[in-house]
Amino acid sequence: MSDLTERRVVGPSPHIVGKDTCTGIMLWVVAALAPSAIWAIINMGWVAAQLFIVCIGVSLATEYVWNAIARKKQTLTDGSALVTGMLLAMSLPPRTPWWVAAAAALVAIGLAKQLFGGLGRNLFNPALVGRAFVAVSWAGVFAAAPNRGWFRALPDLTAEGLDAVSGATRLMAAAADRMEGGAYGFDLAAQYQPLLWRNLEGSLGEISAALLIAGGLLLIIRGIIDWRIPTGYIGTMFLVSLAFGSDPVFHILAGGVMLGAFYMATDYVSSPMSKTGRLVYGIGCGLFNAVGRFVGAMPESTTFAILFMNGLAPLIDRLTRPRTFGWVKSRG
Amino acid sequence: MAGGVLVARRVFRGGVHPPEHKEATAGSAVVWAPVPGRLVVPMSQHLGAPCAPVVGAGDRVERGQLIGSVDAMVSAPVHSPVAGTVVEIAQTLTTAGTMVAAVVIEPDEQQEFSRYVRLPDASDDHARVRAAGIVGLGGATFPSVVKLMPPKDMAVRTVILNGCECEPYLTCDHRLMLESPDRVVAGARHIARIVGAERVIIAVESNKPDAAEALRAVAGDGIEIAVLPTRYPQGAEKQLIYALLKAEVPHGKLPAATGALVHNVATAVAIADALELAKPLTDRVVTVTGAVGKPGNYRVLFGTLISDLIEAAGGLSDGVERVIAGGPMTGQALASLDVPVTKGTSGVVALPAGVAAPAISDDQPCIRCARCVEGCPMGLEPFAIADYAYVRQWDAASGRKATDCIECGVCSYVCPTRRPLLQLIRLAKAAAMAKGGS
Repeated sequence: MSDLTERRVVGPSPHIVGKDTCTGIMLWVVAALAPSAIWAIINMGWVAAQLFIVCIGVSLATEYVWNAIARKKQTLTDGSALVTGMLLAMSLPPRTPWWVAAAAALVAIGLAKQLFGGLGRNLFNPALVGRAFVAVSWAGVFAAAPNRGWFRALPDLTAEGLDAVSGATRLMAAAADRMEGGAYGFDLAAQYQPLLWRNLEGSLGEISAALLIAGGLLLIIRGIIDWRIPTGYIGTMFLVSLAFGSDPVFHILAGGVMLGAFYMATDYVSSPMSKTGRLVYGIGCGLFNAVGRFVGAMPESTTFAILFMNGLAPLIDRLTRPRTFGWVKSRG
Repeated sequence: MAGGVLVARRVFRGGVHPPEHKEATAGSAVVWAPVPGRLVVPMSQHLGAPCAPVVGAGDRVERGQLIGSVDAMVSAPVHSPVAGTVVEIAQTLTTAGTMVAAVVIEPDEQQEFSRYVRLPDASDDHARVRAAGIVGLGGATFPSVVKLMPPKDMAVRTVILNGCECEPYLTCDHRLMLESPDRVVAGARHIARIVGAERVIIAVESNKPDAAEALRAVAGDGIEIAVLPTRYPQGAEKQLIYALLKAEVPHGKLPAATGALVHNVATAVAIADALELAKPLTDRVVTVTGAVGKPGNYRVLFGTLISDLIEAAGGLSDGVERVIAGGPMTGQALASLDVPVTKGTSGVVALPAGVAAPAISDDQPCIRCARCVEGCPMGLEPFAIADYAYVRQWDAASGRKATDCIECGVCSYVCPTRRPLLQLIRLAKAAAMAKGGS
């Protein structure tokens, strides 16, 4: 039995706290992504593993060095740099040169996150800024689809007479086919199964839409992310695809939609905070992603769609503030 | 719905459901706490003007005898909980950390709890409730008689008895409803009669079905029992009115503006006791729980030191970090346990390290997860008010309606980086009040 007079901790109410911690939340995201990451490594081998190691390693190192130089408290244990590194790796194609990936991680943490003030202050999603940096600096990393040759996984594309877009991702093939008015006869419905379960084109994170969806649902059920963002995003993508007369199922499964909708757009810091705002933001992401695909010349427009909406998030928040209880319009 | 049980599904916006921890005491029948060797009875156990002692050192007092009073509209007189001798008039520390005058009484060896000095015959109910020293026993301690006199232009149509007890750990109201449902109902009828209300609802959270059933069995005509979903802060006045009547108390207005009057169930029992038995308020049920030897519900005389009460409840277990007077969401952490139980003390909760909130640190970033926005039952953006308070931009904090905060603590509870959101909002509220805003 403890002494009644021993020292006590005092503090303002509430005196108990909820179960979620920052680190805990980040680890849930890691856990949700883990099956996809492992499946990518199993299928793509060392190149994929190397990409994870480089992206995560450089992210953590950049965070550590920045904090050390700025004489700030070390923040590696909050888990945010780990998530950024992981997401960045998943947003890159497996054959991305290691030094390109390292530069992307440096930009993600150093420029997009720490220069803006660190966790909680970054206007833009760091992982996406890193990916965008690669897209504009080494566009060939995406365009040349270097997967080809390493993996003999593309006969189905070439067999369908797609030499004109040789080495393309399924999304690029679909876009090329659409521009030529269906001349290639690219069968979108035939892509469902590979996109869902085992797709070796595109980025690491495109390995299996099904695994990404499962992880995303886990995060929703666990209360880590808000269903409004992925629902608005994917729903809009679906409807716009339909409106453009294309196969909506193909378009939500292909490219970065699932990774973007469940894991990138839902980043707390760079998305709106009100419920209505999140729905609006999700719809906006889906809209700009679809516009990039169907109107612009950017089939892989997920990155810029979300970054654009990141920029709009503060404005969306301003316009969708919750109504305060008791501030009813007077009835007379 | 007369005599039936109304089950509401929709509650209020936001809120949380913390682990309840009520199982430790929900089955513990109320027992009298032992009479301590000395009672320290504060002269201010309520919101409003403090009382002045009307007895002096050496005086003999009887149980129920008036020992403190003041001539003010918003106040509540204090009565001796025991037969005994006044030792001194001294200053005492309170659970809130303030110093107030107190009458220190040495109780007689023998105590007869059923005997007390009856309240003087009063011309009307209001005078009787005032004389009994009754305050809101849910913890607000606002003098009950004032609430029984609503402004003339606001007719009370519905009396709501609050038996939600949404705070984790506490079961004192639960036990009261279970063991004395007839007294709760009697109190409800008195209140309705006094204010002229046509409708009476007794609200209970769904985690106390036995209490709801006990009330239903004795409620009779004209009293509705409402079972509300278990969700904190269901028992907050505005949220309770909204859940039952779908009416929002307008900003800056009294709850009576919705035609509703809310009293705690224990307050209702005290009112019934005052009106029918001429009994002043001298004791209450206190849940003593958490890391103590014998968790339970104790009927405690006002002025009993919390240290004595904890001893009676088997003492603190090892590793207790915070001892709370009241519930863990809105109560006060005690720096000293040598403070008296008063009218507003609904519980004494001993929280061990690991369960108790960590000490406040001010360097945690907001990660904009919006849990506070989703959880705020008032529809505020706690993170924004706190951000402004942190940089002392009080006007901007006011602009985000800091003064609408009901201090339920949900925002701080859910914050994953443990930012002291409510405390920052309190600073913003205080700054706004100081400027005379609302």
